[in-house]
Amino acid sequence: MKPMIISVASGKGGTGKTTIVTNLALALACKMPVQVLDCDVEEPNAHLFLHPEFQEEEEVTLPVPEVDSQKCDGCGQCSEACAFHALAVTGGKVIIFPEICHGCGGCALVCPRGAITEKPHRIGMVAAGRAGKIAFAHGKIDVGNPLAPPVVKAVKKRASREGLTLIDAPPGTSCPVVAAVKDSDFCLLVTEPTPFGLNDLRLAVGMVRELGVPFAVVINRSTLGDLRVERYCRQERIPVLLKIPFDKRYAATYARGKCLVEEFPDWVAAFVGLWQEIERLVAQNARAAGNQR
Amino acid sequence: MKVAITAQGKEMTSSTDPRFGRCQYFVIADTDKSSFTAIANDNLAAGGGVGIATAQALVNHGVEVVLTGNVGPNALRVLQGAGIKVYTTQAPTVQAALQLWQAGGAEPLSQASVGSHFGMNRGGRR
Ligand code: SF4
Ligand code: SF4
Repeated sequence: MKPMIISVASGKGGTGKTTIVTNLALALACKMPVQVLDCDVEEPNAHLFLHPEFQEEEEVTLPVPEVDSQKCDGCGQCSEACAFHALAVTGGKVIIFPEICHGCGGCALVCPRGAITEKPHRIGMVAAGRAGKIAFAHGKIDVGNPLAPPVVKAVKKRASREGLTLIDAPPGTSCPVVAAVKDSDFCLLVTEPTPFGLNDLRLAVGMVRELGVPFAVVINRSTLGDLRVERYCRQERIPVLLKIPFDKRYAATYARGKCLVEEFPDWVAAFVGLWQEIERLVAQNARAAGNQR
Repeated sequence: MKVAITAQGKEMTSSTDPRFGRCQYFVIADTDKSSFTAIANDNLAAGGGVGIATAQALVNHGVEVVLTGNVGPNALRVLQGAGIKVYTTQAPTVQAALQLWQAGGAEPLSQASVGSHFGMNRGGRR
């Protein structure tokens, strides 16, 4: 098969993204090489269900300026150039705020005295390992660091480019989510059939359309709500590929750190079916794009 | 001596603004000349580092004293780095804040009184 990257996203947290990622991974792991990349770097939790053994850890850093006070004359040009206000110059001295710096390198470029060098500043980490047949990696941003996208990108760099790579995206529709979903071959949007779910779904649909990534919807806890999400999907011609009803036994399974397909083998076929539908839609989409050319 | 007061308007009679980085105006009183000027805080719309940028602007204006409500840790570092004295005040107007400070009734601030994102409207998880 051609390597494929599927991202799983949702307009808000707690809809069951991780449920979809982990069950899909387990259901397919005996059929093809499968990799899970947990890019929900504020609160990664796929490992709580897949229980990988981590073999390596990597620091994610940004190049933050360091000023040579011998060379600096306090002209203030670096502070003026920094769009993020990560530098202040007072009384001839530069004060650097590494936790605000985006590592863009602009200040070093404008410094007329060549006083600025860069040193790595840690913003988070990536850990990688295996959960049985599944290759696994996740990222985590350090507490107090507001910059998630570089950590998301560091996790995505580990995409194996063979078989299937599943990306667990952060919740929402902001920059870290875009970083996670961008360049995937397909995106699954997980939602709940509630008014809030519908509202967040609309935002997520807007985002994936903007990115030009083909997508479909999965409805979780499908029995707890109304039909408005399905009606919306029909109107917008968005395929709904899977519905998972609410069931107390399922909730108990998640609570034990287990996956549906492990305790309810009937679900294996459903997730394999989900995969086949995605494969079909991706192929269809590729053909459509080919015809347009 | 130049004293900056965070304010909601441009006059000595204007209400004080308890926010430092996100205040609307600074009224800068020159106690030697008994005059004042007001500057709009053009960092209001900035995304991050507002406190730092605002503090830098006051440093560049040659301010020596700041009277405000709350200051975050980053802004305070810049102000203190420049030797600017920061006082917290609950006086209702710019004029009252200035008089209270002149009478020695303002509380000096040596530690940040709020976290670094105070005054921003942040909703839910980013
Ligand atoms: S631009 Fe260079 S010389 Fe000027 S204040 Fe910044 S570090 Fe110092
Ligand atoms: S590297 Fe970029 S963000 Fe960081 S201090 Fe320099 S100009 Fe600002």
